[in-house]
Amino acid sequence: MKAQRWRLFFAKTEAMRFTSHLDLILAWERTFRRSGLPLSYSEGFNPRPVINLAAPLPLGFTSSGEIGDFWLSELVSENTFSSSIKDSLPPGLEILSLKEIPQLHGNKLPSLTHSAVYWMKLNHPIDELPIRIKEILSAKSIPRVRKGKEYDLRPIIHKLTLIPTGSTGVITLETELSLQPGSTGRPEEVLNVLGIPPHEALIQRTMINLKSIILES
Amino acid sequence: MIDPSQIKSTLHKVLPNVTLPGRYTGGEFNQVVKDWDSIGIKTALLFPEVYDLGMANLGLTILYDQINRSPQYLAERFFVPWFDMEKVMRTEGLPLYSLETKHPISDFDLIAVSLPYESIYTNFLNALDLGGIPFLSSDRDITYPLVIAGGHATFNPEPVAPFLDAVVIGEGEEIILEILDTLASFPNEASKESKLKRLAKLDGLYVPSFYQPVYANNGLFSHLNKIDPSAPDTVMKRIVGELPEPPLKPIVPYINIVHNRAPLEIMRGCTRGCRFCHAGIVTRPVRERSVEDILEAMEALIPNTGYSEIGLLSLSSSDYTQIIPLIESINKRFEGKNISISLPSLRIESVSVDLMDALTGKRRSGFTLAPEAATERLRGIINKPISDQQLLDTARSIYSHGWHTIKLYFMIGHPTETMEDIQAIADLSKQVLSVGREVIGNRAKLHTSVSTFVPKPHTPFQWTKVDSLNVIQEKLDLLQKEVRGKGLKLNWNNPRETHFEAWLSRGDRRLAKVIHQAWINGARFDAWQEGFDFEIWTNAFKSTGLDPDFYSTRKRTTDESFPWDHIDTGVKKSFLLEDYQWSQEGKTRPDCRGNCFACGILPAYNDLRHDHPGELWLCPEVPHLKNKK
Repeated sequence: MKAQRWRLFFAKTEAMRFTSHLDLILAWERTFRRSGLPLSYSEGFNPRPVINLAAPLPLGFTSSGEIGDFWLSELVSENTFSSSIKDSLPPGLEILSLKEIPQLHGNKLPSLTHSAVYWMKLNHPIDELPIRIKEILSAKSIPRVRKGKEYDLRPIIHKLTLIPTGSTGVITLETELSLQPGSTGRPEEVLNVLGIPPHEALIQRTMINLKSIILES
Repeated sequence: MIDPSQIKSTLHKVLPNVTLPGRYTGGEFNQVVKDWDSIGIKTALLFPEVYDLGMANLGLTILYDQINRSPQYLAERFFVPWFDMEKVMRTEGLPLYSLETKHPISDFDLIAVSLPYESIYTNFLNALDLGGIPFLSSDRDITYPLVIAGGHATFNPEPVAPFLDAVVIGEGEEIILEILDTLASFPNEASKESKLKRLAKLDGLYVPSFYQPVYANNGLFSHLNKIDPSAPDTVMKRIVGELPEPPLKPIVPYINIVHNRAPLEIMRGCTRGCRFCHAGIVTRPVRERSVEDILEAMEALIPNTGYSEIGLLSLSSSDYTQIIPLIESINKRFEGKNISISLPSLRIESVSVDLMDALTGKRRSGFTLAPEAATERLRGIINKPISDQQLLDTARSIYSHGWHTIKLYFMIGHPTETMEDIQAIADLSKQVLSVGREVIGNRAKLHTSVSTFVPKPHTPFQWTKVDSLNVIQEKLDLLQKEVRGKGLKLNWNNPRETHFEAWLSRGDRRLAKVIHQAWINGARFDAWQEGFDFEIWTNAFKSTGLDPDFYSTRKRTTDESFPWDHIDTGVKKSFLLEDYQWSQEGKTRPDCRGNCFACGILPAYNDLRHDHPGELWLCPEVPHLKNKK
C-alpha cells in the first residue's frame, strides 16, 4: 500500500564509499526500519521495499548530490519524517533536504535524470591541464570504446572546467555529464581522455539534474 | 612505528584498487569506538577469515558485545586480507590493523583469536605475520600482546599449542572478562610467566607451555608431562549456567556478508547424540532461552539494527522445546512488519514442514534435510535413527507445501560402510525425487550433497579412521555414475580436503611444525578452493618427517591415549567408548532428554545445574551433591 511519496536529497560520504548500489538500498531499508517510519512494501511471497534511487553511484565515489524516492504506507508529517529518519542514519549517509512528492504514481526517478555533475580531485598536478581541457571542448567528436562498444564521448560532456585552487592546493576538475538512457557519461572516461589514470583521482558526484524538476515541485 | 593516521592515508590510496574494498574499512552502524588513550586493557578480536565470512560468526559478535559492555575495556575487530589485499599490505608496509580505530594489532594487550575449524590455522599465522608478531609463544616477550585462542577447534588445542599463550576451553562469555580482570590486576612490567601462572588458575583456561607432550618409541602419543606443578592435570570446559543476554546491538555491515541478518541464539547444545557430531558433545548440556526472552530480544534487535531477517540459531531448531509456541508468538507479534525468520537444522519429520510453513515472508527456494546416511542400518550405526518411510513422508509433505527443491545431505566414509550403503544414497535420492514428481510433476528437483566423514576428537567415533583417498574416490565415482538425470544434482567435496581436515583435527603438538612449514610454503585460506593446495601440505609433512596417514587413516585402539585427553568436555571418555561399542553392535541411544544416560555432564556441572534449576536445562534436576562453601 502506497500512501505517501518522499524525495530525499542525500550525501553518501567516505564511510560508505565502497558500498554498492544494492547494498545502499539495503542500508536505506534498514535505516527506515530503525526509524519506525512505515516504508511501503511490494506484494507477493518476497516483499521488497518500494525505494527508487535516481542513478547508481559507482563504487569508490562519494556524493553530495544523490536523490531517492521512498514510499510510505501511512501518512506522516514532515517534522516526524525528518526527525525520525535523521536519528536512524548510519555513518556515511546524510540527508541534505527532503520534500513530499504529491504525485504518488508519477514518473520514476531514473527516467527523470538529465545530467550529473562530478568533482574530480587529482592526487598529483598534471602538466598543461588547461590546454588539454580546451582540446577536449573544441573537439567535434571523441570516439571511445568501452566494453567493446564504440561511442562518442564529446556530446555527453556538457561541461568541463578547472575549479580555482583554494588554500588546500588540491587541483579539482568539474564536469557535467549526460545522465540519460543510452548516453550516460562516466567521469573516468573523461580522466582517461585527459591522460589521468582514474585511480589517481577522488571522484565526488555533486549533483543530479532532473528533467522536470520544475513540473514536480 | 606506523600509526593509525598513516594507516588511514595509505588505505585511502590503495583501497580503490582491491576487490571488495568494503571489507577493509570498518565504520559500520553499531560499531563501538572507545577513547583509545583512556582504556587500560585493549583486546584485538581476531577472526582469521575474510570480513564477509567472519562477520557472521556468533562467537565474535558475543565477545565484542561482552567486552565493550564493560566501560574499562575495549575490543576491536580484525579479519584477514584476501590475496590481493595481502599483497598490497606487504608492498605498502601496512600491518594488520583494527577496523575500528586502525591501530596495528601489536598495539593491543591481548589478541583473542577465534579458531572454530582447522582450515583457519594458516590464516591465523598469516595474521600474526602481518602484525609483526612472532609465531611461537616462547619467542614472544612481554612487549607483545598475549595470544589466547578459543572456539570449537581448540577442544584439541595441540596442533596449534606452540603458537598460543593460552587457550579458552568452552564458552567465552564469562571467562573473557575474568582474563581481562586478571591482566588488569598486573603492573605493566609484570613477567609473562607470572601472568600465565595466574591465568592458568581460571576455570577453563589451558596454558600449553606448562605441559610437555611425551611420545612412545613407536611414535604414539604417550602422555603430557606437567612442567608447572600448579597447573591443573586436566582442563575442564567452561560453560555458562544460563545463556546470557544476547547481543542486542550487533554491527550492521555495509556490504553483503554470509547470513546477512540479526543472529539470535535460542538454544545451546543438542540431546540427540549423533555419534559423528563434535558440536553435539562439546556444547553439552542443552540450555534453552525462554520464549519471552527471545521475543524481548527481537523487540530490541529490530529497531537497533534495522535487519529484516532474524536467524534463530541452535544446533537443531525443531528440538527447541517451545518451538511451535515460539513461532506462533513471533508471527502474532511481528505480523505485517515485513520481518522474516530463519530456522537452521530442521529434523526429518513432518513438524519441520509445519514450522517452515508457519514462517511468513519466506521465499520457498530449497528445503534441506540431513539424513547423513542412506540405509536404516547405517543410520543406526551413527545414531540418527530415521526410517526411510519417515524421510519419504517428510519429502512428500515438503513438495506438496510449495517447495520445488529438496537438498539431501549425506556423509560417506561412516564406520562399517559398504558399497551397498553408497548405492543406497543414489537409490534414496531417486526415490525422493520420484515422490516429488508424483506431487508436482517435473518441477520437482533433488540436490544430493555428499561430504566425507572425519572422526573428531571427543566423539564416540574418535577411535575410528578416515577412508583412504582411493576408497573415497571409488565411492564418489559410483555416486557420480548413479546420481544423474533430469531433476537430480550431485555435489561432493574434494577427498584431499577431507584428509587435510583429519590431520589437523586429530593431530598432536608435533603438527605445529607442519602448519608452520605449510604457511612458509604459501598455505592460506585452506577452506577456499582459491587457497587450498594439497601438495603444499604433503610437502610440509615430508620436510618435517611426519607421516600424514598416521593421523588420518589409522584406526586407534581403545586403550590409546589421545593428545586431547587432558581437555575435559564434561562427557566421560568411558561414556564415549561405551557409545562406540553400542554403535558396533548396531545399538542406538535415544534422545537423552527423556532419559539421562549419565554421560558425565551432570556430575561435572552439578553446582551449576543446582544454581539454575528448572526447565531451561534439559538435563534432570539434581540435589546438591557437593558442599558449597
